Amino acid sequence: MNKFKIILNGIITENPTFVLLLGMCPTLGTTSSAINGMSMGLATMFVLMCSNVVISCVKDFIPDKVRIPSFVVIIAAFVTVLQLCMQAYLPALYQSLGLFIPLIVVNCIILGRAEAFAAKNNPFDSLLDGIGIGLGFTIALTLLGAIRELLGTGRIFNLSIFPEEYGALAFVLAPGAFIALGLLIAFVNKLKTR
Amino acid sequence: MLNMVVVLTTITATVGAILGGVYKLTEAPIAQASARAQEEAIRVVAPDFDNNPIAESDTINSNGQEIVVYPATKNGTPVGAAVKASSRNGFNGEITIIVGFEQDGTIRQYRVLSHGETPGLGAKMEQWFRTDKNRQSILGKHPEKTNLTVSKDGGDIDAITASTITSRAFLEAVSNAYNAYMNKPIDAMSGSSTRTTPDTNDNEGDEVVDALSGSTTHTPNDTTTQCHNEEEVMQ
Repeated sequence: MNKFKIILNGIITENPTFVLLLGMCPTLGTTSSAINGMSMGLATMFVLMCSNVVISCVKDFIPDKVRIPSFVVIIAAFVTVLQLCMQAYLPALYQSLGLFIPLIVVNCIILGRAEAFAAKNNPFDSLLDGIGIGLGFTIALTLLGAIRELLGTGRIFNLSIFPEEYGALAFVLAPGAFIALGLLIAFVNKLKTR
Repeated sequence: MLNMVVVLTTITATVGAILGGVYKLTEAPIAQASARAQEEAIRVVAPDFDNNPIAESDTINSNGQEIVVYPATKNGTPVGAAVKASSRNGFNGEITIIVGFEQDGTIRQYRVLSHGETPGLGAKMEQWFRTDKNRQSILGKHPEKTNLTVSKDGGDIDAITASTITSRAFLEAVSNAYNAYMNKPIDAMSGSSTRTTPDTNDNEGDEVVDALSGSTTHTPNDTTTQCHNEEEVMQ
């Protein structure tokens, strides 16, 4: 497969949020603002890249029956490393994402890509796949976060677009997450079928 | 069979060793970051001081909650204090704040140290209560002269939009801090401990009716803060 195609595949053809519909929990939970969505996307991308490379390197030594527990242990290790580093060097970001960082362990995109891609391809291709899928996830989360923040509070990345009083609060809350995500998926699919 | 055991053991042992190493590496920076945050927080909230508030701090335990008073003195004269207090009535667990008081008890400044509130909603308390807009700000208020409860409960402070629970917990922590600073008994278990005006109780019946019908009888200015929605429950 063409190297560039692998990255593009993750962003468009197999976008984890709009096409595969994987990792919905952090997608709905962290996108109350654009900056939160983007931070979560980048954190997931870091873990995905590292875990994809390592899993691709060790895949030949792991017996088939214990591959899932092995993958989960490797993924959890990177999440813990990320969490400790964030706590030490980016305490402000760590506070705002809080609980969602440890939850990256159970994000099904990461295990899904380990199973579907890293376990079958060489380390370099796996790294590219991690970058592609990670970027796709980050773009989707940032987009959804920006839409919810704009409709809910009238701001994007804390830049005021219109006064907060005219915002529909529901979009910052849980129901708005579902509505915005549903409409966004419909819109993306409409664009793709044309 | 044996192969599986060997592989899994090797993987977990390696991962364990790596994580141990990373923990050792980040242990000092994490401790430093939190110590720096604490020192900075005291410096920001307390009046200008020249002593060492952390060394002279006084810890008060009430109802299992720990309140730490960091006294600030300048040239030997007390000028106020920074008080670390918390509330367990947050929307998602404990909220810990540090509040600075002038010598007479006027609220000077505050910082939120840790919380589990929803980003974009309850987490707004870091800015909300010091923004000088409508009746949001608690800065420069004296807890004896101002009713430190949300306007929905008959108080003088506007709650964070859609985060009344967080706002109540925050104001409860502020009141706990004030009471600790003034050496008053702390009623940490009750969210209504700061209802001081007698007429508040008379309104309580009306408030219940309002809450049920989803409407309010407050001024139009308050409508944004009176929303009965609470924060999302996605966590």
